[in-house]
Amino acid sequence: MTFTIPIENGNEVKNAEADSQRTLYPYVTGTSVVAIKYKDGILMASDMGGSYGSTLRYKNIERMKAIGKHSLLGASGEISDFQEILRYLDELVLNDNMWDDGNSLGPKEVHNYLTRVMYNRRNKFNPLWNTLVLGGVKNGEKYLGMVSMIGVSFEDNHVATGFGNHLARPILRDEWREDLSFEDGVKLLEKCMRVLLYRDRSAINKLQIAKMTEEGVTVSEPYSLKTFWEFSAFTNPTVGAEGSW
Amino acid sequence: MFRNQYDTDVTTWSPTGRLFQVEYAMEAVKQGSAAIGLRSRTHVVLACVNKAQSELSSHQRKIFKVDDHIGVAIAGLTADGRVLSRYMRSESINHAFTYESPLPVGRLVVHLADKAQVCTQRSWKRPYGVGLLVGGLDESGAHLYYNCPSGNYFEYQAFAIGSRSQAAKTYLERRFESFGDSSKEDLIKDAILAVRETLQGETLKSSLCTVAVLGVGEPFNFLDQETIQKVIDTFEKVAEEEEGEGGEGEAEAAAAPPAAEQGDQDVAPMEM
Repeated sequence: MTFTIPIENGNEVKNAEADSQRTLYPYVTGTSVVAIKYKDGILMASDMGGSYGSTLRYKNIERMKAIGKHSLLGASGEISDFQEILRYLDELVLNDNMWDDGNSLGPKEVHNYLTRVMYNRRNKFNPLWNTLVLGGVKNGEKYLGMVSMIGVSFEDNHVATGFGNHLARPILRDEWREDLSFEDGVKLLEKCMRVLLYRDRSAINKLQIAKMTEEGVTVSEPYSLKTFWEFSAFTNPTVGAEGSW
Repeated sequence: MFRNQYDTDVTTWSPTGRLFQVEYAMEAVKQGSAAIGLRSRTHVVLACVNKAQSELSSHQRKIFKVDDHIGVAIAGLTADGRVLSRYMRSESINHAFTYESPLPVGRLVVHLADKAQVCTQRSWKRPYGVGLLVGGLDESGAHLYYNCPSGNYFEYQAFAIGSRSQAAKTYLERRFESFGDSSKEDLIKDAILAVRETLQGETLKSSLCTVAVLGVGEPFNFLDQETIQKVIDTFEKVAEEEEGEGGEGEAEAAAAPPAAEQGDQDVAPMEM
């Protein structure tokens, strides 16, 4: 799989065969994931859509998965790369369990492992085209972090990917607080997901919310948000802006 | 142990099912100067006797920090011990880099044991001639392990290896049941007392021993000579009083504390 991109006179000479072996662009993509810390742990929300360019092609993709006993992984971006990451993590968790020694991988360890994987792939010009959200609870300590496809990684009380960064995080910055109850947390996430549904063209109205606490992970059944389209601005969109549509 | 026709290389079994080269490697451990380890639920103490080639040279380093939460004491071929310590440090650092989390000591000793086993099954290698007392922390608390040249490893509450370690082991066997709940200070005292047992008559001085501690919330660190000397001073007095009583039997355990207290009142502690 190793190759060189020969540089001649400062112009890159593209090696077509080598290019077919590395990621150039994403094909089937998932849109935003939004996650927050709340009183008992982590809440994460994502829709179930997989877009093929501008077509909303797949509508039953689970973009959040439990990892081991203590972690929850949500992904946006290329779905096949997400599946590859799940295979890496499967092997990681398997080896951890095989030790059978009372030590187990917590969310911090999984997050750092993923950061290493993503960064190393980026360095080889063959990235896994995902932005990952990693949340978990271990020994009472809540953990929520993010890794991007270029290996940028950090922790925070609330994280989002893609459009969620622009639409959801401002809401969370204003309205998130320490010790949110489960109901309040879900309401907050639904508020964010509703805005994303209205404004992100790759969002679909079928979402799941996952809850991670000391007891474990539960991913809800898919459901839809109630939307309202009778805003006067929607019924008469060009009022006050002649010539627009 | 006598020379025989099955002891030339490590990959030759004897008819009685022994690998003599491996057993000879374990002999090398017994010849090294003593190393002692003990643990409570939260702390591990490693101690060793300092041996110097001659009066002119400094003593060999036998206790190594592997990470903030893991330390190792060695007995036997110290060169082999140094190489294995470097391997342990490397494993520990690689784990911490990838997972941002300390390597559980139980997993490190398994890597170490597997490495030692390889040398018992290759005709072009020889076993490592060093025994390692590995003390460290993992999620379930403090642990002490002994890694053998044979590739075996065992977990211990307390253990001693090297020359005259049997004397220390006898002392530890009498006391180990109370170690689980011991305070750090008591654990250190027991470690130094165990070292004293291996000296068999030689006066215990702080220059003769090295002591290191690690525990939950306390990174691996060496005790300085002053601290060690202070601990020695607390019981050297008691030892003198005990000899006065003339007791070395079971009754001594009950008799010694009250006798010691009376003795202490006669001699002002400040004068020691």
